[in-house]
Amino acid sequence: MIENRPILNMISHAVLILGVVIVALPIWITFVAATHDPVRMTQAPIPMLPGGYFWENFTQTLFGGGLSGTESAPVWRMLLNSMMMALMISFGKIAISLLSAFAIVYFKFPFRMGFFWLIFITLMLPVEVRILPTFQVIADLGMLNSYWGLSIPLIASATATFMFRQVFLTIPDEMLESARIDGAGPLRFFWDILIPLSRTNIAALFVILFIYGWNQYLWPLLITTETDMTTIVMSIKQMLEAAEQSPQWNIIMMTALLAMIPPVFVVVAMQRLFVQGLTETDK
Amino acid sequence: MASITMKDLVKAYGDTEVLHHIEGDINDGEFIVIVGPSGCGKSTLLRMVAGLETVTSGEISIGDKVVNKLEPADRDIAMVFQNYALYPHMSVRENMAYGLKIRKIAKAEIDRRVREAADILEIGQYLDRKPRQLSGGQRQRVAMGRAIVRNPQVFLFDEPLSNLDAKLRVQMRLEIRKLQQRLGVTSIYVTHDQVEAMTLGDRLMVLNGGYVEQFGTPIELYDRPATLFVAGFIGSPSMNFLPAEAKDGTLTLGNGATVSGGGHSTGAVTLGIRPEHLMHDENGPIGISVQMFEQLGANTLLHGVLEGTDTEIVASMPGHVSTGEGSVMRFSAEASVLHVFDAASGKRIEE
Ligand SMILES: Nc1ncnc2c1ncn2[C@@H]1O[C@H](COP(=O)(O)OP(=O)(O)OP(=O)(O)O)[C@@H](O)[C@H]1O
Ligand SMILES: [Mg+2]
Repeated sequence: MIENRPILNMISHAVLILGVVIVALPIWITFVAATHDPVRMTQAPIPMLPGGYFWENFTQTLFGGGLSGTESAPVWRMLLNSMMMALMISFGKIAISLLSAFAIVYFKFPFRMGFFWLIFITLMLPVEVRILPTFQVIADLGMLNSYWGLSIPLIASATATFMFRQVFLTIPDEMLESARIDGAGPLRFFWDILIPLSRTNIAALFVILFIYGWNQYLWPLLITTETDMTTIVMSIKQMLEAAEQSPQWNIIMMTALLAMIPPVFVVVAMQRLFVQGLTETDK
Repeated sequence: MASITMKDLVKAYGDTEVLHHIEGDINDGEFIVIVGPSGCGKSTLLRMVAGLETVTSGEISIGDKVVNKLEPADRDIAMVFQNYALYPHMSVRENMAYGLKIRKIAKAEIDRRVREAADILEIGQYLDRKPRQLSGGQRQRVAMGRAIVRNPQVFLFDEPLSNLDAKLRVQMRLEIRKLQQRLGVTSIYVTHDQVEAMTLGDRLMVLNGGYVEQFGTPIELYDRPATLFVAGFIGSPSMNFLPAEAKDGTLTLGNGATVSGGGHSTGAVTLGIRPEHLMHDENGPIGISVQMFEQLGANTLLHGVLEGTDTEIVASMPGHVSTGEGSVMRFSAEASVLHVFDAASGKRIEE
């Protein structure tokens, strides 16, 4: 709509600005809180402008013991753990679901549709529902407090399998046929043709899965008991309750700020592919 | 280079048989066109030769090797698809080189062959483009280039020109023909367009409902169509069919008019006359009640019905004719261009 009415323009701008403020204000407060000393943060009213303690809070949070008076791992360690978990989950999910979608779409084997529906049904069983048996399995396999334990139970993915199945179904049969005539075997076809043609979808899925993995809370909380293996999202919550003292908002907020950076970075870096992957239809 | 033999070839999907006992020998270097209406099984037959469809029963050999069980890649064939099926993420060069790369041919040799094919097809300046940056005609050339570089024993084409506009189609048709003659590769070409079939093929296989109606040169098909179906399918405008009774070398038409011919038959037959063989003749036996003229420039098509009946009939007359609508015009035809078919079986009755 292109309309030349000043009042309408002003109103729409006002609405947009209001929206931005609502979204941005909590982030601004997080940032401001991360730049003050602990004492200032306990006094009302809370500050609305940045203070001068950014670097101190930053170094203490990232490399120091984090919260004073507790035994938590330094935040760089948590970031590393979260990063490993998120990457293993997203790469694992993408690899497994690409392969299972490939099998379901391109191979005829007994009970093919049966397998498809089996995978599909697991959509209805999120981690929380099967958490106890999964915990038992992981514990028996001795994977508590390890990256494998953090990521493997979350890797199997019906959603991604289903999505790749739909993507593969849009690729014309002639593509497979001409690859067969060119002498490409199944794996070669998968690698040389299917993967490049699903590139944007893979990227879009990666963004979604990375954030999904990064934000895992319940599962890491259950299976990590060593402070060295804690992830950043679960530890923010722990910080709030830690050490029977008033929360050290400056450190907590700095941690939250740091926890936000990798997902934001991933989204920004993959933005173009992400949008293409969700909207592109022609192959 | 190789000959192709199809022996008693059957294709069934479940219980439905779509190709029935196809027989055919294709000589080395021959250009064969498979032609027929939509759904008659042309693509299926071609894809069986390619190895993309399994053979239900019968035998296909390329050269002197039975290929029923061979993967497409091992049959030494190349195929051009209707929608080209180029790999969208690869450049033209990579598209053409892909098959060679898989066969582990040396880099320099691949480059040489791609360059050579690109020169033949005049697509040298597009080698680094992606297929989506090319026009339909250029994509068509790339698809052919991909077939040529492989240096196969057999080319297979499945309606490769049907996505192009009319003018380009005529041009590409000529180019395909020239290319095939130059390379001398045995080719099978599928189309539903009888003009394309007539102009391209050394021999035509006319398919109808999964049966081979006739397999012969374009001229044989035109001059001596074996069945009513072939007679109606080949030639444009298509042949007129008039019900008739044959007796003692005379054919009696529906309105009682008589034409001499049909000496080898008695009883109900169908007389076939091509529009271009009807000659304007004041004393001719065939009267046409003229309904409409269609001006084509070089000639005029006269549409009408056989006088006194409602059998539609078309005559092609040289030059411009425009008067006479509503009247009766008379025509005759030489005995040598009359086709007589058995009315029940539709089979040609030889004179
Ligand atoms: N996978 C299949 N399962 C069952 N029937 C099939 C299958 N593929 C093709 N057919 C049938 O086989 C017949 C021949 O199909 P085919 O594709 O060879 O026709 P065609 O002559 O190439 O037609 P067109 O000119 O429209 O391309 C059709 O009647 C079609 O319905
Ligand atoms: Mg077809």
